[in-house]
Amino acid sequence: MSEQEKFGQIALENGLFEARLTKKFAARKPFEKKDPRVIKALIPGTVAELRTEVGKTIKEGETLMILEAMKMLNQIKAPFDATVKAISVANGEKVTKGQVLIELA
Amino acid sequence: MSFMQRIIDFFSKKSTKSLGGGEKALSKQKAGGKMTARERIAALLDDGSFHEYDLFVEHNCKDFGMHEKELAADGVITGSGTIGGRPVCIYAQDFTVAGGSLGLMHARKITKVMDHAIKMGMPIIGINDSGGARIQEGVNSLAGYGEIFYRNTLASGVVPQISVILGPCAGGAVYSPALTDFVFVVDNISKMFITGPEVVKTVLGEEISMEDLGGARVQAETAGNAHFFANSEMECFEQIRQLVGFLPDSNRNKAAIIEQKKPKHSYKIEELLPKDSKIPFDVRDIVRSLVDDSEFLEVQELFAPNAITGFGRINGETVGIVGNQALVLAGVLDIDASDKIARFVRFCDSFNIPLVTLVDIPGYLPGSDQEHAGVIRHGAKVLYAYSEASVPKITVILRKAYGGGYIAMCSHHLRADFVFAWPTAEIAVMGPEGAANIIFRSEIMAAENPDEMRKLKVKEYTDKFANPYVAASAGYVDAVIAPEETRAYVAHALQMTRNKEELRPARKHGVAPF
Repeated sequence: MSEQEKFGQIALENGLFEARLTKKFAARKPFEKKDPRVIKALIPGTVAELRTEVGKTIKEGETLMILEAMKMLNQIKAPFDATVKAISVANGEKVTKGQVLIELA
Repeated sequence: MSFMQRIIDFFSKKSTKSLGGGEKALSKQKAGGKMTARERIAALLDDGSFHEYDLFVEHNCKDFGMHEKELAADGVITGSGTIGGRPVCIYAQDFTVAGGSLGLMHARKITKVMDHAIKMGMPIIGINDSGGARIQEGVNSLAGYGEIFYRNTLASGVVPQISVILGPCAGGAVYSPALTDFVFVVDNISKMFITGPEVVKTVLGEEISMEDLGGARVQAETAGNAHFFANSEMECFEQIRQLVGFLPDSNRNKAAIIEQKKPKHSYKIEELLPKDSKIPFDVRDIVRSLVDDSEFLEVQELFAPNAITGFGRINGETVGIVGNQALVLAGVLDIDASDKIARFVRFCDSFNIPLVTLVDIPGYLPGSDQEHAGVIRHGAKVLYAYSEASVPKITVILRKAYGGGYIAMCSHHLRADFVFAWPTAEIAVMGPEGAANIIFRSEIMAAENPDEMRKLKVKEYTDKFANPYVAASAGYVDAVIAPEETRAYVAHALQMTRNKEELRPARKHGVAPF
């Protein structure tokens, strides 16, 4: 029987249970609150054109960057009025999903 | 041409066509560790039962020099045969002919046997081994895929549909298997993905091997697109033969009732069951102690192993078995397990297969990942599938049946026909710890020693509510039974529900929480 087996622990509303844990369960990532000042790539792609620079004051809706992804030239726009604090990518650079592109202040 | 010449000419034509891409290509296929399309059909079907159609079909592409090329049987072998004496329609893509690429006539051969299977009411088995669309045929190739997908959908719930992935199956081609009932994969041979590793790399800069992206194990274990995983093609064919044995030919029939056998393992159920309801045990041992000959064919064994689904027989009759698996993740319902259970229940309902549900559920898996990925709508699938099912539904509550999980796991409230509970069952709105913390919160807080008080109150709640008798007193449990009586009770319930009829309000179809 399974009594010799070393089990992991899983905490549920109805108490703590012993059981085998799955790879998917172990790979869960804790929730991270999204910072609206950090603009990340929503899809992987290539930086086609940077339209802003560090220190520049920008208006909501202004295009900051063109990200070519999935055969589309995607416009990355400013979510609100702000100043550009940092740009983490260069023209022509390939970016992965979730990679930080621009930080606003 | 004389009579004899005509006959000789016929045999020579037939043998050339039957060679597919030719000796060289066939040896290359074998060198890659793969069987040829014809070998596969011969190995899967009963000896000598295969009858081929449309060997002489030719493609009609005129572009890119294709008019000069002859593609034997247009890269797919189609026909019918038997498995265990039961009729099936089958097609197998031949990778040695233009990479098994799908053109219009190739697709027409497939849809022809599919139409045949639907009309005659027999399972359709598709063996996939193809590089994808035949680019030279352009939009006609896409039309071919579309015609197949449409028929997959029409055939759904009418005849069992089985897909076998024995090579690449990429791009749009993956959607035919995805629309079928059971997908079989073989380690190191099956590859399924929408976009391959090269595209993923050039477009996205993400480096991943073909195996890690869409290999057999990934599809069976992580993605859940595959239902059966085998280490070799022969093992895979054995699994298919076993599965077909459990199924009816179509939704117009019930599965054949075969000679009944006692369970092979005479487990003493009370010995399998741990003393404490929190200690895990393998629910499949209980299944094997209930079903004929202890034969249990697990479906999606590797995916969401916190729930089990599969086929067995009780007194010779096929049943679909669903259970919570305390051994893995305490048997919680999460997104994957909900998906697995709901899909299986709907398959069984479509094909007149009674459902036996073994309940041992501590609740739903908490966490932001689950909530944000939509555990609410995925969990709803289980409620929907069980409520919708009008086949005989028999539920046995082994241990825990708490809260929403109790309702979802085919309770009387979702119209189970019989609900049995073991004396070890704990049917309650919450587990004792959770409940005590809420009901006795003020007493616990006010106590000099809150931990002691909590323990006391947990015990108080456990003694009073963590049993089958509260639910039985309300008639939500039909009988509290001794574990060793389970097979007899389930068998009796199956006999009593054989002519079950349940009328539902008329509708085109419901809106299942996909």
